[in-house]
Amino acid sequence: MTDGGWLANGPLFDLPLADIWFGLVFFIFAMFLFLDGFDFGVGLLFATREDSHEREQLLAAIGPFWDGNEVWLVVFGGALFAAFPAVYGNLFSRHYLLMFAILGALIIRGLAPEMYEQRHDENWQRWWGRAFIVGSVTAPFFLGMFTANWLVGATTIITLPSLVVGLTVVALTVVDGVAFLRLKTRGELRADLRTDGYRALGAYLVLVVLTLAYIAVAVPDLRSALVSPLVVALIVLTLILAGVYAVATSRDRYYVAFVAAAGLVFSLVSIVAGLMYPAIDPAVGLTVDAAIVSTVPLNLMSIGAGLLLPLIFIYFGVLYSAFSGPIDVEESY
Amino acid sequence: MLEPVAASRLQFAVTTIVHIIFPVMSMGLAPFLIYFTWKDIRTGKPIYEQLRRFWTKIFAISFVVGTVTGIVLEFEFGTNFAVFSTAAGDLFGGPLALEGMMAFMLEATFLGIFVFGRQRVGNVLYMISAVAVGIGTWLSAVWILVANSWMQTPRGYELASENGQQVVTLVDPLAAYLNPRFIWMYVHMQNAAVESVALVLAGLGAYFVFRHHIWGYPIENVEFWETTLKFGLIALIITAPLQVLHGDLYARHVFETQPQKFAAMEAIWETESYVPEYIIAFPTSMQDLLDPRAKDIFGIGIPGGASWLASGGDPQATIRGLEEFEGPQPPVALVFWSFRAMVGLGFWFILLAVWGGYRWVRGQLLEDDLLHLALMASTPLGIFAVHLGWVVTEVGRQPWIIQDIMKTSAGVSSDLTGTEATVTLAGFTVVYLALLVLYLYVVARIVRSGPPAPADRTVTERPETPTDEVGADD
Repeated sequence: MTDGGWLANGPLFDLPLADIWFGLVFFIFAMFLFLDGFDFGVGLLFATREDSHEREQLLAAIGPFWDGNEVWLVVFGGALFAAFPAVYGNLFSRHYLLMFAILGALIIRGLAPEMYEQRHDENWQRWWGRAFIVGSVTAPFFLGMFTANWLVGATTIITLPSLVVGLTVVALTVVDGVAFLRLKTRGELRADLRTDGYRALGAYLVLVVLTLAYIAVAVPDLRSALVSPLVVALIVLTLILAGVYAVATSRDRYYVAFVAAAGLVFSLVSIVAGLMYPAIDPAVGLTVDAAIVSTVPLNLMSIGAGLLLPLIFIYFGVLYSAFSGPIDVEESY
Repeated sequence: MLEPVAASRLQFAVTTIVHIIFPVMSMGLAPFLIYFTWKDIRTGKPIYEQLRRFWTKIFAISFVVGTVTGIVLEFEFGTNFAVFSTAAGDLFGGPLALEGMMAFMLEATFLGIFVFGRQRVGNVLYMISAVAVGIGTWLSAVWILVANSWMQTPRGYELASENGQQVVTLVDPLAAYLNPRFIWMYVHMQNAAVESVALVLAGLGAYFVFRHHIWGYPIENVEFWETTLKFGLIALIITAPLQVLHGDLYARHVFETQPQKFAAMEAIWETESYVPEYIIAFPTSMQDLLDPRAKDIFGIGIPGGASWLASGGDPQATIRGLEEFEGPQPPVALVFWSFRAMVGLGFWFILLAVWGGYRWVRGQLLEDDLLHLALMASTPLGIFAVHLGWVVTEVGRQPWIIQDIMKTSAGVSSDLTGTEATVTLAGFTVVYLALLVLYLYVVARIVRSGPPAPADRTVTERPETPTDEVGADD
């Protein structure tokens, strides 16, 4: 296979691979935000529980899953690097301190539950419990800030949209976390979570409206994209899914509520992608077609992703079905 | 405030040096855990269940800390080395993406089952999970080392210039991914991981055996620790000689492909033939320590040894000295002494293997207190040798981030300020050291509490899961 061989003869099957990878990168991001999102949500809900047995239940619920969920972030980074190297370099170095804030928050969030379980004295668990809450709230908040700055092309970290979107993402992770926990817990805890779900959903809808209003008023570049059929449809879909979530939560249709939460996450990420396209790094006006990697690696990665992503869904299927239903505290090793 | 280049390099060094400990633990433990799980399922003997459960705990905490420290590394290419990432994305992004999709996903999902799922899944799926986790960790190293080895011996690319910026284009993926360095690196690294974990097993086992048999403290689970010592020793006997053997071939390969690095490893400044190999070198002054020169240093040299090693048998072979290469030079002292310390440790591990093997054959494995002390003291030294090896590899290739294509100083993000880089360097140094301390603390607690009591299998049957989860009204 010298000189790339057939891989160098233009895009595979003449597919619009640049656009496909744009979609794929956001799809992977949405998978991360949906899956690790409920872990973050569990972290915030952890703050609302005083009882140590209930707290243990929350940790047990995410125990087998969170590590796999977080790998979607690694894959997001890898996919962006592989498909749009210029974006990978520019975007992360431009938001240098914010990136390290996200990474720091993820370290605390990942470490805290492991540490919490190590010792059972009160002081130790109080501090690691706090660390878990702080990491779980700041990680999605910073991620939201990052996403907003990416979308509107901001070069400073703290901007009005970044703060609002940060809160929006935090609220969404709680919506997600409640839906997940109602699948994984029992009894009183499960019933109590219903109210948390309504509140988080309400907060989320208000914050989404604020974000969209801000874009309509203050970001002229995105105004026309905001009223494009796709984005309008996604906004309507968000409202419908919110209704489904609320009804399913009140009637204890746990799976339906969980699927609705997933839908809300995917809708939000799709709105971001829809607003951004055809740019992929609006701050420097870089478009998808200009940023795409050269033909040989593009074709190679497309084959790789095409073969591997279905396998990954099988792994997750095996994992989530092995742990279907409520999870008890003492399960391990 | 440091310059962005210095701060970025230091930050990458600190984060990688701490991070590498955890993948070494998980890659090295993987074959042991697969074996313990297999024997546990097949024989049902309590000792294998204990071994599996105990080392799974250590594996799990290593994996978690490895994940959180590793994610930072992936993003550091974008944050700190943006020019490199943009220019070499063709070659570098792919392996990282494949690592995530092919290896890390496999490992992380099946680890959930392996750690938490013993009571939920049957033997077959449990065994599959153990193997999948093991394959995941080893595949992960494949892609990381493909990326790294390409920077050392780049192949399969074309150079172009875009807007005055150098861009590397991938033209032949096979040549690039299977570049000449890859296989040496992979074999040397994976064997090192198993050897390091073998030393951890042998060292911890020796500690408890020593306390029990030499000092006479009553120790619970003596059999567990004796078995741990024996498994560590078996693995050490297999891996220690191999490590030195292919290490030698690897060094020869470096001589052929990265002569500047090789000259730094040997501190040879002038081009010469019939170069001696200083198997033992003593710094007799500060000057020797900070600026070693092979010709001046006090040591035991084998005449023509370095030439013989580098060329594979010709004591007259010429070695190009550092003076032949245009500056800047790699920090020679760090490379020279790290290389010597690593090789010294490699031989020390062989000695331990032979010594332990001899005592075992003679039936005196549990009685030789000096051997136990030596093994105890060597517990962390395998991992330390891995650090030294990576220092030789990464410091020794300076000033290049991609050998002969791009200098490290040219690869750093252009919009990064010294203040930003110094702030994160300081912050993440503190965070990573704290992570390391916490990791050691947790491992020490696990070790101190010893292996879990074997479960009475008739009692651990789970009660039927209540059928209240699907859409039923509470």
